[in-house]
Amino acid sequence: MGDLVIRAEGLSKRYRIGAHPRAYRTLRESVVEAAGAPLRWAGAAMRRQLRGAAGENEIWALRDVWFEVHQGEVLGLIGRNGAGKSTLLKILSKITEPSAGRVRVAGRVGSLLEVGTGFHPELTGRENIFLNGAILGMRREEILKRFDAIVDFSEVERFIDTPVKHYSSGMYLRLAFAVAAHLDPEILLVDEVLAVGDIRFQQKCLGKMETVGREGRTVLFVSHNMPAVLRLCERAILLDEGQIVADGQAQPIVARYLNLDQTVQETTAEVEWPHPADAPGEEGVRLKSLRLRSASGAPQGEFDVREPIEVEIQFWVLDEAPNVVPMFRVYNEHGVCVFAAAPTHDGLFAGRSRAAGTYTARCRIPGDFMAEGTYALEVAVRTLFPRRFFVPRVKLLNFRVHDRGMGDSVKGEYRGVWPGTVAPVFDWRSEFSPRVESAG
Amino acid sequence: MTNADSEFVGPVSEIAPSRGWVALKLRELWAYRELLYFLVWRDIKVRYKQTALGAAWAIIQPFFTMVVFSVFFGSLAKMPSDGIPYPIFAFAALVPWTFFANGLTQASNSLVGNSALIKKVYFPRLAIPIAGVLSNLVDFALAFVVLLLMMVYFKLWPTVAILWLPLLLLLAFVTALGVGLWFSALNVEFRDVRYVVPFLTQFWMFATPVAYPSSLLHEPWRTLYGLNPMAGVVEGFRWALLGNANAPGPLIWASAAAALVILVSGAFYFRRMERTFADVV
Repeated sequence: MGDLVIRAEGLSKRYRIGAHPRAYRTLRESVVEAAGAPLRWAGAAMRRQLRGAAGENEIWALRDVWFEVHQGEVLGLIGRNGAGKSTLLKILSKITEPSAGRVRVAGRVGSLLEVGTGFHPELTGRENIFLNGAILGMRREEILKRFDAIVDFSEVERFIDTPVKHYSSGMYLRLAFAVAAHLDPEILLVDEVLAVGDIRFQQKCLGKMETVGREGRTVLFVSHNMPAVLRLCERAILLDEGQIVADGQAQPIVARYLNLDQTVQETTAEVEWPHPADAPGEEGVRLKSLRLRSASGAPQGEFDVREPIEVEIQFWVLDEAPNVVPMFRVYNEHGVCVFAAAPTHDGLFAGRSRAAGTYTARCRIPGDFMAEGTYALEVAVRTLFPRRFFVPRVKLLNFRVHDRGMGDSVKGEYRGVWPGTVAPVFDWRSEFSPRVESAG
Repeated sequence: MTNADSEFVGPVSEIAPSRGWVALKLRELWAYRELLYFLVWRDIKVRYKQTALGAAWAIIQPFFTMVVFSVFFGSLAKMPSDGIPYPIFAFAALVPWTFFANGLTQASNSLVGNSALIKKVYFPRLAIPIAGVLSNLVDFALAFVVLLLMMVYFKLWPTVAILWLPLLLLLAFVTALGVGLWFSALNVEFRDVRYVVPFLTQFWMFATPVAYPSSLLHEPWRTLYGLNPMAGVVEGFRWALLGNANAPGPLIWASAAAALVILVSGAFYFRRMERTFADVV
């Protein structure tokens, strides 16, 4: 006996998108096609032509995918939207057939591609637990045995006999996840279900998933939530355009995926539009330029961790405009918004309207504040109330912050990775006393 | 093949593209009987929610059809009714007919109606149209009670032939399911079915001896008429309940054979189309 539970061999899935906006055909189309069939047989050349045309309307959601999963592995499937992750789970759970290749599976597969599948709004929470459990493949006695645990986990005990159409969306999702979480298959397929509910419930779900993994069951987990993937999975498979790009330890693959997702790798220190006519913006407000400068005033995209960064936003007001304000956000490579800045207290932007002209706003990000890393700067020109964007939020600049290890940043002489989203140098006040006092 | 198996932890099942006609996998369907039960239960629970008259609709539909038929066909057109009072003659046929027509309609729309399930979970898809037909049994039972009350009113007592009734009901079920399987699978790809079904059930009712007796036809045409399985069901119901002298005889066997052909072909067609359901529906 080996320890293999899944082996995919050359798995491919092709979708026809020819009929796209309307996936189903009408009888008339089919009749026309059938009537045309004898004509088609008339010449091989014609047939080739038709086949060529069909090829253009095909999309390969998965193409020649090979992998193995061993018992007890918690495997993360990551990749952009449309990379083929969900298609792969659908094939593994037998919802759809592969177009080519095969998968061999040992053990009962439970899939959780969407929470609340088959929930009926008119039925009560109690009734839906039984219905949903049966749909997910649980036997009646299994559901009965776990009923209390499910209700307990879902935290909707008081409303268990109320039709779920009266539930809040949070309660609905909690109940749905609770049923699914008490599934007991040998192989569990999970698609993005952690994206539901509030933070506290998400943490609870993650904890439940961890337990499942520790119990030695095999889990395949599709998610865009990279911290969750890192927390749950040791191994990850990165899919792109239906093919496996990387398969191995989760940590480096997640890092690679995050890089893959970054549209611009190079730093961009400035952008400028010479004419308002082609500049981004609407209704008389146009973005003129965006620059990053060092203390010396020269535009640059690489900064030392100790030096301040000046962000300069220029925009035109062509006609008199309402009280627009320039703003920007800084995102790190994990997609986290490190901070947002706006000249909230600048007298220039205090009035209720903006006269026509060119506005230049400069913001100084102090030195010893940004952590090491690559950042994207997103800019917008907008009114705060009512909330209206004249220049929509666009990521235009990229910059990098280095610690050259000179010993005077927060890291001092330390050479490793300093944790944290920012790396400020704070004031410390410390004292020393030669007496050793015992407490009490 | 068996060599490779030793690498796995246990028995291996294979997922691969299927081609052409495939097995019905009735054993798997049996393993999922609890799901079938819950699907039927859901349909029944939900059907009359938020309706003012609730389950009364199960009776209103055939009953008022019977009233209309009695006025127009019975009183005005003086339709022969094999010596039975026309109202109960019509109602004894309308009760199984309504079961059939509603079951057929529900089964035909069942796959499209449950598309969310089909796209997200695996289970034998056959369970969906089967549940669609089965859930109409409750309506049938309610209407049947009314039928029994009418028999009391008209002082008609069933003979021992009533023992055939479950089999006749099964025949109606088989017919509804068989046609429903064809239509539900076709409906996934051709939404035309949605428009065909109401038209077809109406047409089919007049092609079935609901408002008139099949004794209007002479042999061998009457037996041939049995190729419409509902002719057998309807005539069988009258015979089993009302002690109709016109026993359906060979007509019923023609009906049973026709129903079986529809069911088996429908089931295989359904299974053949099943592989594309999740992609197309």
